[in-house]
Amino acid sequence: MAANHTATRALSPAIPAWRRPGWGRWVVRFSRRKPLGAAGGFVMAAIVVTALFANLLETHDPIATEAARTLAPPDPAHWLGTDHLGRDIYSRIVHGARVSLIVGVSSTLVGSVLGGVIGLLSGYVGGKIDLLIQRFLDILQGLPLLVLALVMSASLGPSIENVIVAISIPIIPRAARIVRSSVLSIREMQYIEAARALGLRHLRIAFRHVLPNTVGPFIVLCTAQLGSAILVEAALSFLGLGVPEPYPSWGRMLSVSAAEYAQKAPHLVLFPGLAISLAVFGSNLLGDALRDTLDPRLRGA
Amino acid sequence: MKTYLAQRLAVALVTLFGMSVVIFVLLRLAPGDIVDILFSTAGYVDPEARRTIMRELGIDRPLAVQYGDWIWQILHGELGKSYRYDLPTWEIIKPLLPVTLELALLSIIVAVLLGVPTGVISAVRQDSVLDYVLRVMSLAGLSMPSFWLGMVIILGLVAWLRWIPPMTYVPPSQNLALNAVQFLLPALAVGYRSSALIMRITRSSVLEVLREDYIRTARAKGQAPRAVVWRHAFRNAMLPVVTVIGIEFAFLIGGLIVTESVFNLPGVARFLVDAILWRDYPMVQNLVMFIAIVVILSNLAVDMLYGLLDPRIRYGR
Repeated sequence: MAANHTATRALSPAIPAWRRPGWGRWVVRFSRRKPLGAAGGFVMAAIVVTALFANLLETHDPIATEAARTLAPPDPAHWLGTDHLGRDIYSRIVHGARVSLIVGVSSTLVGSVLGGVIGLLSGYVGGKIDLLIQRFLDILQGLPLLVLALVMSASLGPSIENVIVAISIPIIPRAARIVRSSVLSIREMQYIEAARALGLRHLRIAFRHVLPNTVGPFIVLCTAQLGSAILVEAALSFLGLGVPEPYPSWGRMLSVSAAEYAQKAPHLVLFPGLAISLAVFGSNLLGDALRDTLDPRLRGA
Repeated sequence: MKTYLAQRLAVALVTLFGMSVVIFVLLRLAPGDIVDILFSTAGYVDPEARRTIMRELGIDRPLAVQYGDWIWQILHGELGKSYRYDLPTWEIIKPLLPVTLELALLSIIVAVLLGVPTGVISAVRQDSVLDYVLRVMSLAGLSMPSFWLGMVIILGLVAWLRWIPPMTYVPPSQNLALNAVQFLLPALAVGYRSSALIMRITRSSVLEVLREDYIRTARAKGQAPRAVVWRHAFRNAMLPVVTVIGIEFAFLIGGLIVTESVFNLPGVARFLVDAILWRDYPMVQNLVMFIAIVVILSNLAVDMLYGLLDPRIRYGR
């Protein structure tokens, strides 16, 4: 079965994995072979559902304060307790899934797509341009992701859009590197030579023949980056440089609770942190399993 | 070797120069400046007073002049003055360095001690239950925000031992034991995360080496399995691990930023956040530049280490 799979891949390079028939069956096989990855996928799906239906899943208004019940421990009325302003933590976590996913997914996509296009052109064109782009990426990659995001979000000012930009810029060089390296090997393939012999224009070859074959590493990259994007958003919000009030963000929920109320009400610290960890854990599990299946070079390693 | 070194140094210098431009430009994108923040509580500000302050701080000049000035100062070993504290930047950073360095060193030690042995064990027992458990644990380390882990560690100590670690900085000269405890907790939180990366690289590297012919030879001649793993495989598998340790050491700073805040340690990383919030340009510029230099130097050091660790690599002779 596996041999068959790779044979199809080699024969029809222009059809990306997800467009080939039977992708429901692919999911079943994937879950059977990679139970941990499937668990990660399930966690991510659950978080997506939570984010989509946050309004139905909430038990309270996530930004409504209740002065009589501040720092309440978990009880039947407030499943996960309340914070220092009497806001319901469960409802805030449910809505926080939205912020985390929106920021995480869009910054990952923006960063990976921009980086992917840069990597594609850099690898396909080669020569001096490639060298220049590589040096520029060195500059962007020379700083820890969080430091760069921190400086950017501070200078852009706090808003959801700016946080997304701040997180996606540091992702660009990482995405560009990965796509470039797979472009370099694809460029030497015979079907590219054939396309060139047919007189196709370079842009067409790059986007129609090279690009679809980088989809595997690209998906792997996205799932891997999603986790760190969620973590960076949490850290930025924790430091007060992330998503602004009134959106409930997991990172900011921690920052309020950190210093003052942690000992009086440990649930303030535990639950938002668990939510972050679970989301990142899910995407890491999924990313690992996808890497093993989609990136044939790493199979078995 | 010499030409290779010179090449690497040249590239590093160009990268640093590029970083300085990026950092400088990024900070100037900011809406508002230090004057706005200093006066944000004052309400109305006399435009004349505002202009005077801007002239004193030198931020009324064209950007290119400000940039040139900054580079000129760095090249002369002067790091400029902090707007906020009205002190030379270097004098503010100097006492913070040992704190961050101590934390970074402890964290990387924790990371190596946790990551390398688990990685080897995981590779040797590939696909066993133990392998799965270790891998899931390391993945969990990658998934938890280290600042949150730090908070949970503190909460755990409070809940079980009824003991709160000291929340103000204790210098090692004052009380070495307390200082060690104070640093070990955040180092555990940060190191656990870095250990995950080290563990994964160790595992895949050892797995790869174990498939080599000379390992089969060693096994065939009846060498004890333990000796095969540690004497033959381990040493050859360490090369990529050293790279990752080097890279991790530089990037640890990212993890330290928030952790230093949580544990209230007066280090460089926490100070960077303060400086950013205050738009203290000279401080932020110099701190970020400092981080960039550390990153580039440690990458360079890793490159040099290669030659020492693996005699097969002798750069372009």
